[in-house]
Amino acid sequence: MAGILTDVPQSAKTSREKVTIRSVGGWLIWALVVFFFINVFAVIAAVLVQSFGSTWFDSWFPTGWTTRYYGYAWNNFQLPNILLVTLEVALTVTVVALLIGAPTAYVLARRDFPGKRILNLCFLLPIMVPTITYGIPLATLLYQVHLGGTVGGVILANLVPTVPFVILVLTPFIEQIDPNIETAARSCGAKTHQVLLQILAPLIVPGLLASALLVLVQTVGLFEMSYLVSGPGSQTLVVALYYAVFASGIRPAQAISAMAVMYMLTTLILLVVALRFVSPTQMVAQVPDPQRK
Amino acid sequence: MTTTATPDAPPKVALRHRLAERGVDTLLLLALPASVFMAVLFFYPAAYGVYLSFHPLPGGGGFFGNYQAFFTQPYMRDSILNTFRIALPAALINVVFAVPVSLVMRRRIHGQKALNTLLVVPITLGTVLVAQGLLIYLGPRGWLNRTLTALGIISNPIQLVHNNLGVVIALIVTGFPFAFMLTASYLSGINPNLEAAAGTLGASSWRRFTNVTFPLLAPGLAITFCLTFVLAFSVFPSAQLLGNASGGAHVLAIAAANAAFQDYNYPMASTISVITAVIELIVVALVLGLRSRLYSGSTSNAGKA
Repeated sequence: MAGILTDVPQSAKTSREKVTIRSVGGWLIWALVVFFFINVFAVIAAVLVQSFGSTWFDSWFPTGWTTRYYGYAWNNFQLPNILLVTLEVALTVTVVALLIGAPTAYVLARRDFPGKRILNLCFLLPIMVPTITYGIPLATLLYQVHLGGTVGGVILANLVPTVPFVILVLTPFIEQIDPNIETAARSCGAKTHQVLLQILAPLIVPGLLASALLVLVQTVGLFEMSYLVSGPGSQTLVVALYYAVFASGIRPAQAISAMAVMYMLTTLILLVVALRFVSPTQMVAQVPDPQRK
Repeated sequence: MTTTATPDAPPKVALRHRLAERGVDTLLLLALPASVFMAVLFFYPAAYGVYLSFHPLPGGGGFFGNYQAFFTQPYMRDSILNTFRIALPAALINVVFAVPVSLVMRRRIHGQKALNTLLVVPITLGTVLVAQGLLIYLGPRGWLNRTLTALGIISNPIQLVHNNLGVVIALIVTGFPFAFMLTASYLSGINPNLEAAAGTLGASSWRRFTNVTFPLLAPGLAITFCLTFVLAFSVFPSAQLLGNASGGAHVLAIAAANAAFQDYNYPMASTISVITAVIELIVVALVLGLRSRLYSGSTSNAGKA
């Protein structure tokens, strides 16, 4: 292709000018990206620095350093209980979402049946619609059946956006597995459940692992659903952090930041683990690819 | 139905076979748990919310009482405008910057994974943590105001939090990575040879962008805008924490949450949710309508790509 390009009747001078204009624009974009990241990391650093500061009022950095606010936060925000609830919610949501999402993903990947498009749309809608829009009526209903304010209610509410997410991640994954493998198993006399459990299940383990990690990271960070449904004793970490920030002034700012750091560590550890198995783009909700239609 | 079946074959079997031919068999039952789950916990609550919105609390008026109340109260009515004032700039900034950034990043593939990993951090941290960090960082004694003062750009700290600006900044911090990653993935789906072909025909880089890349990117960009806008339009925790100190930024999601959890007026809360969803749907429909027009028009300019 380089040969063709040199044949284009253009003087070397103009093309060099274009290169400089383009590279100036390129550097400007890079500067913008760097500026963005500096700010993002300053935001994170500000939380970190405040959590370790003894007093930080009108200076660049705190006047002294201490770790005592971590102990304070641990005891005063009932963090052991909150962490337990967070773990319980995140793990249950992950397991249940996979259990009911994976079979559906299989059907959507392998079968063509009347109404399939509508079913696909039904699973896409809860991902596209922001949680707070349908969260309030859902919370109202859960409170009516006395599930509001309980851990069970928080789990159910968090499953609403995660089940479709699992289906969306797993369907293309199952599609790419050669269906002939299943046909071969069947011709050897395998029953349906054997095909699914002994042939397909081992093959989709990487996909299951990826979607499990994605759901886990999502559930720990998902605020709205847990906020709308949780009550005292069923708060997840992010909801507790929200209440702490919202009612700031009651407790020392350093303690709130210490709690924020603990939340940050939880999500970032999960993120590091998740990124070993999934690509960062998968962390963002997947959208239908226009090229695939 | 039984015309082709032999007399001793029961019609039941024939129906089963006919259904199986169209792809309907017992295996479809595997999709049942998730379908029932979504019906009970997504579609039923949504429908219930719509139903509730037409049944105001006693003394709240008739069938349209809640909607009348919403549109006659200036505070409520203004919340629509204020939500647009926050969501529209945030979504536009995110999408407009996502395009050049993803175009530049496309050329340097080796740093792509590291960059995406960095970008995913603000998304993973979530809105609550970002809001808490911004309160410290952008506050009157925060690092940003301090740096600007030290550089002599400003003489007095500027008010960046506890107003709409703070909410918009929060929406950019979490929304830009989202918009960028979507745009980048759409861009990677465009065959670079198309641009190279236009280049060999003498098209300048600007023309290659306007006549080849942009028209092909436009459908993806429209979806990116819709998703970013919808997210920004239902902004909740950052509006509550970074908005006006007295009761949060004046956005629809907060109005709905207040109606539900402060006034215990669930019908009104549902009404506000329904209005939010309808406005979002209108914007999405407008953008997607515009998208189809924009796309077909530009393709004809670029020739058969």
